[in-house]
Amino acid sequence: MMSAAPGPNARRRNWTARDMARIKPLVFLLGLYPLLRWVWLGFTGGLGANPPEFLIRSSGIWALVALVLTLSITPVRRLIGQPILLRLRRMLGLFAFFYTFLHVLAWAFWERDGSLAFMWEDVLQRDFVTVGTLAFLPMAALAITSTQGWMRRLGRSWQTLHRSVYIIACLSVWHFWLVRSGKNDFAEPYLYGAILAILLLARLWHKGRLSPARIFPPDVTR
Amino acid sequence: MPRIKLPYIPPSEITAETVWHSRRQWLRRAGAGIAAVGAGGMTGAGILGSRDAPAAQAKGMLHSTPNPRYWLEDKPTSEQDVSAYNNFYEFGTGKGDPARYAGRMRSKPWTVDIEGEVEKPRTLDLDDLLGLSAMEERIYRLRCVEAWSMVIPWSGYPLSVLLSQVRPTSKAKYVQFVTAVQPDAMPGLKDRIVDWPYVEGLRMDEAMHPLTMLVFGVYGKQLPNQNGAPVRVAVPWKYGFKSGKSIAKIRLLENMPETSWHSIAPQEYGFYANVNPTVPHPRWSQATERRIGGSVFAPRAKTLMFNGYGEQVADMYAGMDLRRYY
Repeated sequence: MMSAAPGPNARRRNWTARDMARIKPLVFLLGLYPLLRWVWLGFTGGLGANPPEFLIRSSGIWALVALVLTLSITPVRRLIGQPILLRLRRMLGLFAFFYTFLHVLAWAFWERDGSLAFMWEDVLQRDFVTVGTLAFLPMAALAITSTQGWMRRLGRSWQTLHRSVYIIACLSVWHFWLVRSGKNDFAEPYLYGAILAILLLARLWHKGRLSPARIFPPDVTR
Repeated sequence: MPRIKLPYIPPSEITAETVWHSRRQWLRRAGAGIAAVGAGGMTGAGILGSRDAPAAQAKGMLHSTPNPRYWLEDKPTSEQDVSAYNNFYEFGTGKGDPARYAGRMRSKPWTVDIEGEVEKPRTLDLDDLLGLSAMEERIYRLRCVEAWSMVIPWSGYPLSVLLSQVRPTSKAKYVQFVTAVQPDAMPGLKDRIVDWPYVEGLRMDEAMHPLTMLVFGVYGKQLPNQNGAPVRVAVPWKYGFKSGKSIAKIRLLENMPETSWHSIAPQEYGFYANVNPTVPHPRWSQATERRIGGSVFAPRAKTLMFNGYGEQVADMYAGMDLRRYY
């Protein structure tokens, strides 16, 4: 059997743009997996007795998964020392928006009959819809300004604008928590909340604000 | 607009004489399932042209006579959907969990304790219950509080038949239904979402109403476990969670009993829980519903006041503020 594993004398090298060009299409296909799965389930009767409910929930979960994966790029590239991983981040972020958009679309047509008046009513009356909308609108702005052109035009403020993804992520988990609050069923919102907390703390740690030296300062008197 | 019409019969006019017909011969026990195929044409299941239920849950036939007074023109929800899409939190919070796990529940032997404000507290086994009255088949709408609905052919008889049997005392104002607890067979009991056992309740006049049904079968067969085997209630003008499943105890009480969803989230679920399109749930509108089994592109249906049974039940709530008593 041939083994693809590196031999003992292989040394770690930085991944190149060519490596990324090979990985990217694979990540793209993985990103399409939820969509292809729905199509497959749709044709094989696997969406259950209430397909709209299934699709609304499933799209919401996958949007959250994609968002968490997007936010994990920065800590992971630092952890494994492969800065070029950054090149996957925009695609993952756009997948997060894609599934969020489908989630909103599914809600709009299956829950609100596609009526803007009904949608607005829901936004005003129900806190989980309010919070979800507050997450969705800035996310749409980030998706629109994700192009090279917008990066150039916005200059330094591009980064400031796109840091709002942290707020968007917190609002998304809060939205999920509110959705589940009626049934006292918080296991999944807590799981995503914990993952998000780790990803955000990893950034603070990196900045040194939470470095061990700060929290446990060396005892200078000894 | 109500799609069925029947004269409203006050509970006081329901005589107990009809109670005494033992009709055990209507029932063929489990094992007669093979005969079910041949007998299908004679039962409601045959009339309705049901699809097969999941094989793991296959149960025996339950002979019942269609009651044309409680029949709907609506297309019944497929037997597959009725037995695969359930809320039965004892087996988990997912809609597929009951069908997946309920097979382990022991629905035989089964007894129902009837206690509280009754002259004759009794423990009835399933044969006693099945023998109390002739089985009839009725098609009811079922409207879940989650804004989806089904149309289901239930087999059973009015709950009033059983309640008259045990002679409620003058103090009996409410009826409480207690669902069975079988820790080794109910994985959902590990979640502390509900303070088990699951309890539900009705006011006495609601419990005695001819629409309130003690149910033993669906689609002409004994109830699958996930639908509340071996005995449950069906209260078609109330949200589905009011209809307790797999009932182990029926208590008659002087005071309004605690009910599970009300104690979990009192601002979301009231004791009455009458289907009411004008009173939204805090987290969603109740004005419309999704009919299970319809096309993915079908528009939502308008929810009817009292789920379309207003003509029969609205009198019971005359003068009550249904926004307050949701």
